[in-house]
Amino acid sequence: MSFDVHEYFSKLNGGDVLVAYKGSITTDLINNVLEEIEEKMDGADEQAKIKKKVYNVLVESLQNLYHHIEELPDKLKSDFESKFGILVVSRKGDNYRISTGNFISSEKIKFLKDKIDKINSLSGDELKDMYKFILNHQKLSAKGGGGLGLVDIARKTGNKLEYTFQHYQDDYYFFNLDVYINEEN
Amino acid sequence: MEPISIEGTTKTPTVKFDAGSGKIEIKGRSIPENSIEFYKPLVDWLEEYAKGPLDKTSVNVQLEYFNTSSSKCILDVFKKLEAIHKAKNEVVINWYYEEDDEDMLEAGEDYESIIRVPFKMIEIVE
Repeated sequence: MSFDVHEYFSKLNGGDVLVAYKGSITTDLINNVLEEIEEKMDGADEQAKIKKKVYNVLVESLQNLYHHIEELPDKLKSDFESKFGILVVSRKGDNYRISTGNFISSEKIKFLKDKIDKINSLSGDELKDMYKFILNHQKLSAKGGGGLGLVDIARKTGNKLEYTFQHYQDDYYFFNLDVYINEEN
Repeated sequence: MEPISIEGTTKTPTVKFDAGSGKIEIKGRSIPENSIEFYKPLVDWLEEYAKGPLDKTSVNVQLEYFNTSSSKCILDVFKKLEAIHKAKNEVVINWYYEEDDEDMLEAGEDYESIIRVPFKMIEIVE
């Protein structure tokens, strides 16, 4: 049985949800989500420090989606809009969680998995060094991505990146990434 | 040289580059999806300015947020300033960060460790 994206999305929709979205990840969507989150956090009387972290990590998460989403081939596409992705921002006590998801073809999984595992194995100081190395040595892609997004997220949150790859159909998987932001870090 | 004066938006910073006074200012938010488009003219301007800079160039960077796409472009801006400094002109980069914003302070320190230009870290206390 193939992975049910919609069911997965509704499961994520628990707790105190600030934003839940599934559909095309466009520039307009990113702008709207950022505006909405900012308004909600301003209204929630949250610490400035946490607000900034959540906003920063959300920007990177959304722009990672925007730059890396893969289109499904036509025969698998029927249920999904083009540039399909999901986003759920929720809060449980002092913890914020940002969940994102998108389709990925099997040949790209290894690269991404290795990258995340590497990031998760590093200490704060090592992440800082990795960030500076990429910043100084890697060129921006034509789309504007720089390979720094996940490193930056891990560095700012101080938490491990949690992920799954669920098989969808044929060579396509659904990649889910959960990022946690909490007060202590 | 024509000065650059760009009004900020929710995703791009306010920019003021003035060759007449040697003042360079980037302020606000820098979180566009593609930052190259925004920063290319700024880097080009600095390249031109580097041909005949003032004895003293002072740079104010006061960012509330910037994304990783911008971080590389900001490095490009700083590399142009480094070249001006290397040619025996005075350059100072004032890096402003809001009270308690350790991430922004660290970001400034990252640049300071890469770029050979004097940095001043300035905390904005409300």
